[in-house]
Amino acid sequence: MPYFEHDADVGVVGRGASLEQAFVAGAEAVFSLITRLEGIRPLESVEVQFEEADAELAFVTWINQLLGHAHENGLVLGKFELEHEGERWRGRGWGEPWRDEMERGVDVKGATLTMLSVAQTDGGWEARCVIDV
Amino acid sequence: MDLTRISALDGWSWTVPRAAGESRHEVKLYGSRELLETMDDKVLEQITNVARLPGLVGAAMTMPDAHWGYGFPIGGVAAFDAQRGGIVSAGGVGFDISCGIRCLRTDLTLPDIMPRLEPLADNLYRDIPAGVGEGGHIRLDVPELDRVLAGGAAWALEQGYGEAADLEYVEENGRARGAVPAKVSALAKKRQLGEMGTLGSGNHYLEVQWVERILDAEAARAFGLFEGQIVVSIHCGSRGLGHQIGTEYLVSLAKAAGRLGIALPDRELACAPIDSDEGQAYLGAMNAATNCALANRQILAQLTRRVFAHHFPGHGLETLFDVSHNTCKTEWHLVEGRRRLLHVHRKGATRAFGPGHPDLPQRYREAGQPVIIGGSMGTGSYILAGTAESEARAFSSASHGAGRAMSRHAALKRWQGRALLKDLETRGVLVRTRSMRGAAEEAPGAYKDVERVAEATERAGLARRVALLRPKVCIKG
Repeated sequence: MPYFEHDADVGVVGRGASLEQAFVAGAEAVFSLITRLEGIRPLESVEVQFEEADAELAFVTWINQLLGHAHENGLVLGKFELEHEGERWRGRGWGEPWRDEMERGVDVKGATLTMLSVAQTDGGWEARCVIDV
Repeated sequence: MDLTRISALDGWSWTVPRAAGESRHEVKLYGSRELLETMDDKVLEQITNVARLPGLVGAAMTMPDAHWGYGFPIGGVAAFDAQRGGIVSAGGVGFDISCGIRCLRTDLTLPDIMPRLEPLADNLYRDIPAGVGEGGHIRLDVPELDRVLAGGAAWALEQGYGEAADLEYVEENGRARGAVPAKVSALAKKRQLGEMGTLGSGNHYLEVQWVERILDAEAARAFGLFEGQIVVSIHCGSRGLGHQIGTEYLVSLAKAAGRLGIALPDRELACAPIDSDEGQAYLGAMNAATNCALANRQILAQLTRRVFAHHFPGHGLETLFDVSHNTCKTEWHLVEGRRRLLHVHRKGATRAFGPGHPDLPQRYREAGQPVIIGGSMGTGSYILAGTAESEARAFSSASHGAGRAMSRHAALKRWQGRALLKDLETRGVLVRTRSMRGAAEEAPGAYKDVERVAEATERAGLARRVALLRPKVCIKG
């Protein structure tokens, strides 16, 4: 499960062979709280760009920028890509406007610094933090 | 919570003994043994870390409904003095800045509304935008949104949402001082352009309730409450704008803390000195978000009035009170015999001014401030009144809700949304929601018993119980 327990909110975990893949998996876990990702059509996209040297803060910024831009454009996102070179991060999320038949989960307020970690594991990378819902 | 780590001060307040050589302020936990036993040990860890922050005045405290949060625990109260290097923390306010409850009273009684309960629920559900992905009926441009951020509930009133008398019964008369819309990012503003007058999701709700029991006749009279009466409570906050400000400043304050040499016991306590550029920028943005929340609840109150006017012509809805519970307010407090201007963080805690406080409307000056403890879906809520002793005990603060007792994930495994709503309906509570998943996460059993929380709040001297409310209709996001 890409989640861990928290009293009021939700802890998300993203795992991947690379740092970028772990961040993408984290984004999928977050957006799965909003609606089911299956069935979201990649009709529109939002771009995320930022500079951040600290990998942990980069994970939080990545999630929060995706949430902010998705909300700004009234989109629900289901597919993500991310690349980075040093401090420069550049990614994209694809999705579509809300449709009536989509399952309504919860409105995710944002990623927090609580239980925040980005670490190498035996199988690659793992990024985790508590999400305020 | 491991109770061997804390010591009882009396039956309703507790402290955490300092280890040898440990340098920090006092920690005070309010609540019964039973409530504290159900709290996660993380509550203790988080509030003890708050007690290590610079410029703290008095104790770092938790209210009886406390639970594990981010940065501060939910139900955390801490006051800081700018003159002594005190800090402001985004995690001490929360992402849903100025989330709170607007309570409206009617002159209707339960028998008056029962014949029209179903259509009332359906119309509220139709006319109150609620739930993830639901935009509002109002569309603003950025210059107009800046006027919202500066004007608060008064802006909404100017647009025809509400009655002039409302503002007297909203904290700070509906407009937070110190709002600086220029400190709110372009993205935060864009997120809010279509969100004014929306309820949101999660634990936000609009409930039609009835007064089951009056517990303090004198205060109830001052609050205009009587048994059998219908009231409406609206719980929501600053929506996407507040969330964006919270997330952006959490990271910028975390960086500022390092740059300014603040030794944080945990990074999640991201903060900056109140008098620093970073601290002032956050406060300016936070107060702007507060005005957004106050305007939002003002609009929702008026949308509710329109629905009631359709079903019950001639019966108005008056604002009983509007109180926020995710705030950092600049307030005067008496500390060791001296008045000091403090920045009081209340994260998931309600301001609870006692009788005679000059900021209270004349009508409530003798009774004390109305304090609203919102219960879990379908159970009950309490209206309390601020006490004089709460000033010394908790900088005039009290509980804000039932407080979660179970994680959302655990609740999802235990309850099924549709069955839960059916069960509530058989118990006479009509719930309208677009999210069955959300309903399961908000199951009444996932929260602490609101009666125990309200009792502990009174026994701890934080506020006294005035009325018990029971829901009849619940609109959930």
